Amino acid sequence: MEHYLSLLVKAVFIENMALAFFLGMCTFIAISKKVEAAIGLGIAVIVVLTITVPVNNLIYNNVLREGALEWAGMPNTDLSFLGLITYIGVIAAIVQIMEMVLDKYIPALYSALGVFLPLITVNCAIMGAALFMVERDYNFGESVVYGFGAGLGWALAIVALAGIREKLKYSDVPPGLRGLGITFITVGLMSMGFMSFSGISL
Amino acid sequence: MSTASAKQVLFEPIFSNNPIALQILGICSALAVTASLNVTIVMCLSVIAVTAFSNLAVSLIRNQIPGSIRIIVQMTIIASLVIVVDQLLKAYAYEISKQLSVFVGLIITNCIVMGRAEGFAMQNSPGMSFLDGIGNGLGYSVLLLFVGFWRELFGSGSLFGVTILSPVNEGGWYVTNGLLLLPPSAFFIIGLGIWALRTWKPDQVEEPDYKMSAHKVREAF
Repeated sequence: MEHYLSLLVKAVFIENMALAFFLGMCTFIAISKKVEAAIGLGIAVIVVLTITVPVNNLIYNNVLREGALEWAGMPNTDLSFLGLITYIGVIAAIVQIMEMVLDKYIPALYSALGVFLPLITVNCAIMGAALFMVERDYNFGESVVYGFGAGLGWALAIVALAGIREKLKYSDVPPGLRGLGITFITVGLMSMGFMSFSGISL
Repeated sequence: MSTASAKQVLFEPIFSNNPIALQILGICSALAVTASLNVTIVMCLSVIAVTAFSNLAVSLIRNQIPGSIRIIVQMTIIASLVIVVDQLLKAYAYEISKQLSVFVGLIITNCIVMGRAEGFAMQNSPGMSFLDGIGNGLGYSVLLLFVGFWRELFGSGSLFGVTILSPVNEGGWYVTNGLLLLPPSAFFIIGLGIWALRTWKPDQVEEPDYKMSAHKVREAF
């Protein structure tokens, strides 16, 4: 239990997807002008990550990994080079399925997430989490915790940035720095704040 | 854009329409791989290759792709190209591919590649699309190299691993700035870089959301 808890804290704070690994930056910068939008996107990312990372984990461990196809009578096959294309396919498919399921059964949530769901397919944070999961060799339980933690960390970061940007638009920024420039500097300062978590040893 | 000359297609994205500084595309990897120039160069070459060839491939079959599944088709082409690049790096530059870790794989979700395939290659001839891919890849590379240059020079006192400013802990005089090797510095450098670029090309400046109204009432004194 303790192991999972420390993995969660690590995924949320110390290895924050957005601020320590710069993943999902495109949407992070583009959709952080309003807090409500940021919250919607954040929730969508949490949900998608919590589902896709474990599913990719199962596929990797049972089909792609070297020697994983032993149950099918092919112990020498190594399909790990197909990894990238598989993960992106799985992510795209799951996002599509989620969209249809939500549309049918939970229309309120569907309309709240709205445009953000399809956007998520190309969010590097989702793909990045799948790749990190493979690189660090997480088992199934760890991958569930890691997926959720990574999503939560990303959501926290985007909501915080949106809060800052909502206030920032009233300030008098030098012309060349307006908009994108000052946003980068703000994210840099936030990232420095999150660096202080790296001192925590778990 | 169909009338644009080859030169324009190739060079516009580098400064006038830079994918990172203006279109906000593909920032993710721009930051993580810039701590040393060797790694940065490899990343840039990979992105240029993938963007150029995916543009070429998408453009070649653009009239055969049904509209409803075009995203999946583009995604498959890009993913296959990235796998090729990834396997090549593992075979010939294993050390660097270790340092790049997941970021080669993340070229798939790099919005530049996808954005150019969808936005340019779907409407233009293969030759032009290829050039557009190279141009956008170069625009990305210029910004990446810019960031990588300052980070490596002042962070560890070297360029491409060759010592330029001899650091204190090796008996030299230069006190290395550790902050520049940490993630936040990349954000600052890009932010300042955008500032410089927009001062040079003022038409890229964004409109402010709010303006301070001029003070009209005369003080009573």
